[in-house]
Amino acid sequence: MAEKSDYLLEMKNISKDYNGNVVLKDVSLSIKPGDVVGLVGENGAGKSTLMNILFGMNVIRDTGGYGGKILIEGNEVNFASPSDALKAGIGMVHQEFSLLPGFTATENILLNREPQNKNIISQVFGKRANTLNRKEMQRVALLAITKLGVELNSEMVVGSMPVGHKQFTEISREISKPNIKLLVLDEPTAVLAEKEAEALLRSIENLSKAGIAVIFITHRLQEILDVCNKVVVMRDGMVVKELVAKSTSISEMAKLMVGREVKAQENAEDETSKLRVVENKPILSIRNLWVDMPGEIVKNVNLDVMKGEFLGIGGLAGQGKIGIPNGIMGLYTAGGKVTFDGKDIPLNNPRECLTSGLAFVSEDRRGVGLLLDESLEWNVTFSAMQIHNKFLKKIGFIKFRDNKAIKKTTDKYIEQLQVKCTSSKQKAKELSGGNQQKICLAKAFVLEPKLLFVSEPTRGIDIGAKALVLESLKRYNRESGTTIVMISSELEELRSSCDRIAIISDGAVSGILPASTSSEEFGMLMVGNKTPKEAS
Amino acid sequence: MTNELELQQTPQKKGSAFLERIKSGVKAFGLPRLIITGFLVLLFLIAPAAHVNIGTAITDVINRFGMNAIMVLAMVPMIHSGCGLNFGLPLGIIAGLLGATLSIQTNIPGGASFWLAILYATPFSVIFGWAYGKLLNKVKGSEMMIATYVGFSAVSFMCMMWLLLPFKNPTMIWGYGGSGLRTTISTQGYYYHYLNDFLALDFSKWVSPASVGDGAFIGAMKNFFSHLVIPTGMILFFAVFAFIIWAFLKTKMGTAMTAVGSNSQFAMASGINIDRTRTISVIMSTWLGAVGILVYEQSFGFIQLYNAPFYMAMPAVSAILIGGASVNKATITNVIIGTILYQGIVTMTPSVMNGLVHTDMSEVIRIIISNGMIIYALTRKTEASR
Repeated sequence: MAEKSDYLLEMKNISKDYNGNVVLKDVSLSIKPGDVVGLVGENGAGKSTLMNILFGMNVIRDTGGYGGKILIEGNEVNFASPSDALKAGIGMVHQEFSLLPGFTATENILLNREPQNKNIISQVFGKRANTLNRKEMQRVALLAITKLGVELNSEMVVGSMPVGHKQFTEISREISKPNIKLLVLDEPTAVLAEKEAEALLRSIENLSKAGIAVIFITHRLQEILDVCNKVVVMRDGMVVKELVAKSTSISEMAKLMVGREVKAQENAEDETSKLRVVENKPILSIRNLWVDMPGEIVKNVNLDVMKGEFLGIGGLAGQGKIGIPNGIMGLYTAGGKVTFDGKDIPLNNPRECLTSGLAFVSEDRRGVGLLLDESLEWNVTFSAMQIHNKFLKKIGFIKFRDNKAIKKTTDKYIEQLQVKCTSSKQKAKELSGGNQQKICLAKAFVLEPKLLFVSEPTRGIDIGAKALVLESLKRYNRESGTTIVMISSELEELRSSCDRIAIISDGAVSGILPASTSSEEFGMLMVGNKTPKEAS
Repeated sequence: MTNELELQQTPQKKGSAFLERIKSGVKAFGLPRLIITGFLVLLFLIAPAAHVNIGTAITDVINRFGMNAIMVLAMVPMIHSGCGLNFGLPLGIIAGLLGATLSIQTNIPGGASFWLAILYATPFSVIFGWAYGKLLNKVKGSEMMIATYVGFSAVSFMCMMWLLLPFKNPTMIWGYGGSGLRTTISTQGYYYHYLNDFLALDFSKWVSPASVGDGAFIGAMKNFFSHLVIPTGMILFFAVFAFIIWAFLKTKMGTAMTAVGSNSQFAMASGINIDRTRTISVIMSTWLGAVGILVYEQSFGFIQLYNAPFYMAMPAVSAILIGGASVNKATITNVIIGTILYQGIVTMTPSVMNGLVHTDMSEVIRIIISNGMIIYALTRKTEASR
């Protein structure tokens, strides 16, 4: 009925929210056969959600579906499950491998789709007793591997392959499917060595020549320039711009990824910043810090935080920015020298950190930040009770919890931070992410720290709560003169709140710039290119 | 308009609010507990038909509650600190048994021997608890399995020690040979019924059994009260301990303990020494186990050595689970409700069944019921979300 469209895939006005938290807004995307489209954006820009929608992942339907239309070759589709998407000719290679390590490449490539031979037993007992047609399997697998144009031993057991070959096996599996039209590669080169990555990029070109369209998600912008003919830049759940790969540059993409110029300039110089004094004297000096935090390894960080300032720490995920506060506060094994307020802080000792006036709002709200099964009162006051002996009253010669004082303080913060809850007795697990985050902030505020680490304060919370959280941090910094170090993956957020921003790349500081610096320069620091100033 | 609407809606609202209240009440009490309570009530209702005296039955249930409640209470500190259910209760019981035997060896007659036994048991429970706690800190995540085997090996080790330790009091050692402790030692003459008899309400002193001339109601009442004995002292003793633990959980230390059990990462980030807190909770649990077995002995009348402590952990674990505790949350109410329900069923079922089928299967039924309750309770084992 619908006329044959020029486009292989069209996504029209896609929108999606998780419980009112908008993650995709009016996203449109169209791909022709043989196109290689680069999809770039910061963490949380909405790339994975978009792909999840394309694949009909359960998580989308469980959270209320999506808005907009998806057309494949001109026909509207609505995939109920990933297997529907596979039938329609869309393949996906995830960041994590889904391979059986004890099976060979061939067996993995054709798993559950093996060509079969009938035999006597299977005539009686049905298809399940068919034997595998090994020769045909070999042929199909080799065909897929040649199509990909890589060197891969089809008889090798996956478990003993180098990581690049595993990646090739995954891709071969997808393209061995007879009707494959579109292949989505989610950060395929993240785990690869340079040589392997090159081979993979070449194979993408081969696929494109064979008429298979590819959506290529990556943080390595150079690769986009190398293989893509179109680049889609996403930010905050929107497509910011579609670029032609030939006529763009890394710096243009980086700039688009991290955000607009104008907004940050406005916010960095607001009048409240004049209300406080930032002394040009470090309150916290970090020297040669290393932290062994899985996934966020810090290798060698040297950083000075000035008294009274609002310092931002940014960088791409996995580069180590989150490891810094976790290491200093003793949650992960760390080494190096940390001086706070003229005193050396012993590492790997949370209590010492807290008593000397440091506090930490963890990025792992549910794991570290909250007592999910306890009341808000407990969550807010527990640390202060244990560290500063607050909220205790003497009955006889024993000190008991002072429930009245606890309730009063909790209610004060519930009102101040506009926490939506039924009462201060409600359990923390019943609150929404944003309100949980506010409770985490309240917990830190009650400690009355001299320096507050806040890690990813807006991760997974909606826009309204985001603004409130950032605003209250800023106010806390201005009004009580508390030094704040905020770690965030969202550069825009850092630029609107902080005085200076340090960018972490590969476990070390790649540069510190004032927040009013253009986002382009931050973008360059994030991808590891030091500015000439820093390099010299 | 709006007023009218409100008026119309009010009765409906009231009705549904009432239903909601019942629903939330049932939810708070828990369906399993409701069913078990129903079963227990049913047993009491059919008891007269089985010729079981209600007075005797209630006396038995209260008595067994008092005997076991402190050992169930011994679960609470370890649950709060996240060490799980104290399957290593036999360790505490052994500390109590050492206290008991040492007290009898000292040979001070009467109630003083009870306090002396607690005094003797204390250093043992602290040392055992400390070592047990250190061990559990090394096996975080699989505490309960390890705890079970700690109990087993401690019991086996003590089987040798009971024979070898140089106890001399002739009431305790084997008549022949003249060395080594007996399997059961009477507490008669020492602290037998020391707590049971303290302020006890023995209604049989004041009410005689029904005689021929009494009416149906008067007769029933007389029969009931003439068999009723309330061991006030033992109940009071438990109440004091329950209060102490309840109050402890409201102190700074107690709050920290609960937080460690609720989310140890959170507690660590708040500067709590997790290992130390856990060790303290284990020492508390072990000591409560020691006191618990002494209370049990004074009511039961015998000190049971050798393999006896094997069989004490499971009933206590089951009682607190049936009471509604989870692996990392428990309250004093859980202890009280759980002990009453578990001991009530275990006491009542055999006697009622015996009366109904007229054969003496009480021991068999008791074993089936108590182990059945344990299996049921262990399947109820839940961990609060993290």
